Formats: sequence, structure tokens, C-alpha cells
Amino acid sequence: MSEVIRIRKGLNIKIYGEASRTVHNGTALEFALKPTDFNGVFPKLLLQEGDPVQVGTPIFFDKYRDYLLFTSPVSGTFREIRRGPKRVILELRIEPDGKDRYVSFAGGDPVQMSREDITVQLLKSGIWLHIRQRPYSIIANPKDDPKAIHISAFDTHPLAPDCDLVVEGQEKVFQTGLNALKRLTSGIVHLNLDALKTKSPVFLNATGVQLNRFTGPHPAGNVGIQIHHIDPINKGDIVWYLNPQAVITIGRLFLEGRYDPSRIIALTGSEVTQPSYYRVTTGMGIQNLVKGNTTSGQNRFISGNVLTGTRIERQGYLGFYDYQLTVIPEGEHHRFFGWAMPGLDRFSFSRSFPSWLLPKRKYRLDTNLNGGRRAFVMTGEFEKVFPMDIYPLQLIKAIMIEDIDLMEQLGIYEVDEEDFALCEFVDTSKTSIQDTVRKGLDLIRKEMS
Amino acid sequence: MKALRKFIDRIKPQFEKGGRFEKLHSTFDAFETFLFVPDKVTTSGSHIRDAMDMKRTMSVVVAAMIPALLFGMWNVGFQHFRSLGEMEGFWNLFLYGFVKVFPIVVVSYVVGLGIEFIFAQIRGHEVNEGYLVTGMLIPLIVPPDIPLWMVALSVVFAVIIGKEVFGGTGMNILNVALTARAFLFFAYPQDMSGDKVWIAEKADAFSGATPLGHLLVGNTEAIPSFSDMFYGLIPGSVGETSTLAILLGAVLLLFTGVANWRVMLSVFAGGWLMGLLFNLLAVNEYMAIPAHYHLVMGGFAFGAVFMATDPVTAAQTQKGKYMYGLLIGIIAVLIRVLNPAYPEGMMLAILFMNVFSPLIDHYVVHANINRRLKRLKMNTGVSKVN
Repeated sequence: MSEVIRIRKGLNIKIYGEASRTVHNGTALEFALKPTDFNGVFPKLLLQEGDPVQVGTPIFFDKYRDYLLFTSPVSGTFREIRRGPKRVILELRIEPDGKDRYVSFAGGDPVQMSREDITVQLLKSGIWLHIRQRPYSIIANPKDDPKAIHISAFDTHPLAPDCDLVVEGQEKVFQTGLNALKRLTSGIVHLNLDALKTKSPVFLNATGVQLNRFTGPHPAGNVGIQIHHIDPINKGDIVWYLNPQAVITIGRLFLEGRYDPSRIIALTGSEVTQPSYYRVTTGMGIQNLVKGNTTSGQNRFISGNVLTGTRIERQGYLGFYDYQLTVIPEGEHHRFFGWAMPGLDRFSFSRSFPSWLLPKRKYRLDTNLNGGRRAFVMTGEFEKVFPMDIYPLQLIKAIMIEDIDLMEQLGIYEVDEEDFALCEFVDTSKTSIQDTVRKGLDLIRKEMS
Repeated sequence: MKALRKFIDRIKPQFEKGGRFEKLHSTFDAFETFLFVPDKVTTSGSHIRDAMDMKRTMSVVVAAMIPALLFGMWNVGFQHFRSLGEMEGFWNLFLYGFVKVFPIVVVSYVVGLGIEFIFAQIRGHEVNEGYLVTGMLIPLIVPPDIPLWMVALSVVFAVIIGKEVFGGTGMNILNVALTARAFLFFAYPQDMSGDKVWIAEKADAFSGATPLGHLLVGNTEAIPSFSDMFYGLIPGSVGETSTLAILLGAVLLLFTGVANWRVMLSVFAGGWLMGLLFNLLAVNEYMAIPAHYHLVMGGFAFGAVFMATDPVTAAQTQKGKYMYGLLIGIIAVLIRVLNPAYPEGMMLAILFMNVFSPLIDHYVVHANINRRLKRLKMNTGVSKVN
């Protein structure tokens, strides 16, 4: 497809702390798998505390889908199970032994392999977890034949990593990954590019896939928005999606016969002294990454970006699907007449703050809610940052009243929490929108199964 | 500032659950959050939030009404002294109007906010800022000589029956300020219509009819010039007369994005088109008056800018807003020209469309739903062929 799809609605939030284009090596004393990273997974442990693991050793599986294996990203010892309220497993900690011992897999050239062989290797190595499906954003079911597979090769979230940089020099591996994915669907594999910024030959020279080009502000890089504009999801459709770095992980499995859990993340945010890229391992503890590299004071550590990421502790671990670590200041302070002050340093999508006069200005945004929770009053706000042919406010209300038919009619299968992140950001009534969308998706999934 | 914060933090526990003044929690919270934006941080979803909140939104609307309020005060004085045949200096005119209008504003706010505070406490909610706007709208749409008890009564009726019984700000079906106006109009017609009420302490010999009043009785010759009506040098409700002052407010509302331009534009368009249609079919003098006159007479401009745009009672879909606004404009002019019982149709037109806006939204949203269903059918059709 040569024509460019223009996304007009949306918002780029400019924050300090963009990563400089150098890649360092990140180290950590501990790693963890977090079952909470995966929607709708109920972990059943395969190992006991103290058992040795290698890269690729399964640690747990899903109670309801036992073919989903969750494997260790490092070799070492399975150290500890950390539980939360109601004994929910939060973290499975692994202590590395510093040796790179891998479970070996057969590998092979995916072009010559059957779909069955490819699926089995992906499942066994735990790499399959990278492939998720819409609707619901859960791990894909290998028995499904998805309508399409989408890979968004650009990320428009605030301070997001540059996908061109993180795949640099990986042409062969990336193409091998794509070849494997092609075998998994009878439909098309879509590689979605930024029409202006994507320059990497890794993406531009990819073969066997359909290249789609987009321009526009965030959320143009969200795969959900891209799917909606290329070939929207209807009731009953299943579409798979994954990150470009996951494609590389898949490619390496077939080229080298091992699970390579490394990835490049961007360490960003206004409270990071020297924001840059780091080569890390899935599930890595962030303690070493942020030590001596953040400002003092109350900070919030986010695995992911400021709009959709997960709050973690300073001693926490990177999320499975996150390719970014953001540190911003906490906002636990009162502001005297804050709502009435001109507020040149306040960022707002509306033009009620004079800061709109300086469109290029960057901000140091904190986690303050900037107001109190209210009933919905304003209308038309969400529509300005929601580039889909869907009525966002009406859909949210349908979810709140748990009207399943209405949710379906209004297009819940086409959306995901992250697509509503900007709505939540601009909402004058300070409502929890992403949580509501997740609740709606979980409810529908329960009703449908 | 810091001392104040410390003082608040010290007395705060007494207003929390179990404290001595537990029953005043909502009131305390309202004052605290008025002075300080709270220190609450995000706990789920997006970690950062827009600086805009309900307080700021509502204060932008209040600020937008200030030109109309100030001009209204001056005009109340101007109309009074003109009816007496005297001319006073600018400040005397303004002072006279201030003395007339300010008590109405105070009564409106004290009574309305009092009710809001009580309801917030009963519900255990934070006090909503919605009344900040309503409290300012009501004084601007009543005649200058209105007895204060009437203001108080209408506020009680509008806030309780018009809003709180539906669940408070954001849940009401009818515009609250217009509910107050309609209550007054139907409960005390002699104080809300006719030629006597629009000029404060009018001299008996002077005709105090509004332009619409003149037109209703076929006195077409008597209506003031377009420019007088545009600038607002005419008798009428406190804040409605000056289209210029109202447009200043409109600029602020549209610029900040607080009010929806679709509604505003289409109300004016609807009124103007209906005026043109009457011109074409003119069988009497009223129908023949230039269409743009309708936009500057009576409460049309005020209603278009401040009332029709109320996001809670307007249509919520972007497409629906065009239809909603257009119909308000059309119906307002229709009532004016064709209904002999009501000189002004804006209030009724907006209230009428408030009731119908959910229906408009229903059709707009269903068009979207049908589009999705059609796509589904086409798709399943294709897969069967395959």
C-alpha cells in the first residue's frame, strides 16, 4: 500500500528526558517474571524455590491454557515467589549465576518448516508469549488462524524508543522472524511504518509483508489505531500483533536455536540524569539502571511510558511487554490557587493555559491528578484525541453500565486500554478510563467463553 | 501561603471521618480544594494528567460572562436614567446598576451553593463546580428589578428539581439556569414580562418595551437601530442586551475550547436561516424584519453562547451538536414571530431541545452502530464466498 494514512486527531505530549542515541549495557543482580504482565493468565508453577534454571527453562504455565509456557530469561536459581493480597503471585524472582546456559531448540529455516513445527518451537521457548491478539490483548491462541498479523514499527508514546535504532543491523534476523510469522497466518503480515521517520532498511527492505505508512500525532503508532484504519476488527475476527523487537527474538530462535531474551530499552523521563538506551534482558531488575542516574526526591518509576506504563518500585522489574523505563516526579503537593493561576508551566490540551503559546516547549510533568474526580460534564473532549470511527464516551458509559450488547455495537472489539490513554489524560472529570476499558474487555471475554 | 496550608492541615482531621465536624466534610473539602489544588496523585491508568480540571473549566465560563455582567450593570443604570430623562456620568450609571444587580448575584450564589453543599454532604461527594456557572447565569437572565426572594425561590426550584433530583451536576436533563428562568416566567408572569419590568424604577411615562415587545404588538417602527441593539443600549434582562459583550465572552469560550463552536455557530445559523425564510414568506411586518435583527434582539445571542453550549444538556455527539444548535435557532425565531403568547422564544427553544438532545444523539450513535453492522455483514459475506 503506497498511500499514506493520515491520522489527524491525537496529541503529542512533550516531556523532558528523551533518550540520547547511545546504547549502553545494562546489568542487574536480579530478574523476575511477573504473571501480572499477562492479561487473563493464571500461573501454575513448574518449579520450586531453589531450583536451577537456564535461559528458556519453563517456570510456570497457564492454568487454563497449559500450552503457554513462561520461561526463564536468565540462567541461575529460581529464588523466590512474591505474593500479594489473596496470595496472587506478583513476582517470581530469579538470581542469575552469570553464566549463559541456554536450553537449546532445533531452530531451522521457517520458510521450509511447517506451521506446526514453528508453533511448537515458539511455545516451548516461551517466545510465543510475545504474540498477542486483539480483541482483549491476551496471548494469542496457536490454534487460531488470525485474519492478519500487525507489527507497528514506530512508537508515538511520550519519549518512546526509536524503533529504527533498536533494530539497527538486524536485517537478517528480522526477516527470518517475519518469515516465521508469515507461516502462522493465512492472511497478511502488516508492517506499519511512520511515513516520514521510518528510515531503517530493516523495515523498508522487509519482504513478504505489506508495508503501510502512517503520519500524524500519537496514537498513530498504536497498533489498534493502525488496525482500525487498515482493516478493522469485526465481531469474531482475531488479529495478532507484536513488537518489532519480538520479531527479532523470533528470528534468533530459528537462526541460532536459542531463546535470546535481550532487548534494547529507552531509559527516559525528566528525572533521569542521563537518559539513553540500554541493552537489557527481559524481566531485568531496574535498580542498577537507575542507581546514580536519577534526581533525588520523590520519583515514580514506570515500566513503559507515562500514558500506559505500569508503576514499579525502585527495586522493581521491567515488564514483559515494555521497551521503555520512565522516571517522573511524584506530584504529592498542594498548589495554592492552582486552578486559577495562569500556569505557564502547566501543560494542557485545552488552551485555557497560556502555555499553548509555546507549542514546542517541553514540560516536566508530575503525577498529580490536577483536580478532583467529577461526573462527566464536558463532551467532545475525547473525540479530539481518539482517531477511530467509534464514540468513545458512549462506549465508556456502556462499559460502566455493563451493557454487553451495547459495548459490542459500539465497537469494543476494536479497542484496547492504550487507545484510550489520551482520553484519560485530557479528561476534565479525572475519570479512570483505561481501567474501565480493561474491565469491559475482561467482561466481554468472560461472557464469550 | 505556607502558614495557611499548615493551618488547613492542622484543622483537617476534625473534618474527616470520626472528627468533630464530620458533617461539614464536603464543605471543608470544597474550601480546601478552592484554595489549593489537592495533592492527589494518579493511581491507575495514565500517570500524568492534563492541567485542566472542572474548577478551571467553570471559571473560564464565569470569566467569559464578566463582560456581559459589567455591561449589564452599566446598562441598568443607563436605561433607568434615560427613562427619567436625566443623564448621569459613567460611574453613576454603573454604580446604580451595581447596586441593583450585585445583590441578585449574591443571593443566587449563596442560596445555590448552600444547596449544593448540603447535597454533596448527604451524598458524600465533593462539591461540584457546576453551580459556579449557573449562579452567574441566573442574575444575567432576570429583569433588573426582580425581587430578591423571587431569585432565591427560583434558585431553590432549579437546583433541587432541575438538577439534584437527577443526581447533581452532569446528570441534569434541563439547563439549570433556564429552569430557574422558566420557573419565574410561569410562576410570576407579571414580574417577568410586559413593558414595565425591563427598566429598573422606570418613569411611568416612558415606554419600557424591549424590541421584541414592540414587535409582538406590531409596533415595528419603535424598534431601535441594529447598532443600538448590537451594542446593547436597549431594555432587557441584565446580561442579555449587549451582543458585543456576549461575543467577547464567546471568543474566550471558543478560544479555550471550553464551549463547542458547533453548537454556537449552528444556533446563529438556524436563527438567521429561519429569519430569511420568514422574509421570503413575509405577510406581516414582523416577518419582514431583516433576518440578522433576530440575532441581536432579546436573549438570542446570550442563549446561543452561554445556554445552548452547556455540555451536559446539549447533544453529546459532534454531529448531533449541529442538529441541536440549528433547531434551537429555528425554533426560537419561530416562537418569536408566530406565537402571540411569547415575545421571546429562546428560553423555550433551548429547554425544548434539551429534552430532545438524547434523541438526536441516539440517531447519530445508531448510524455508527449500523455502519459497523454493515461492515460485519459484508465481511461474513466475503468469507462465505471464499
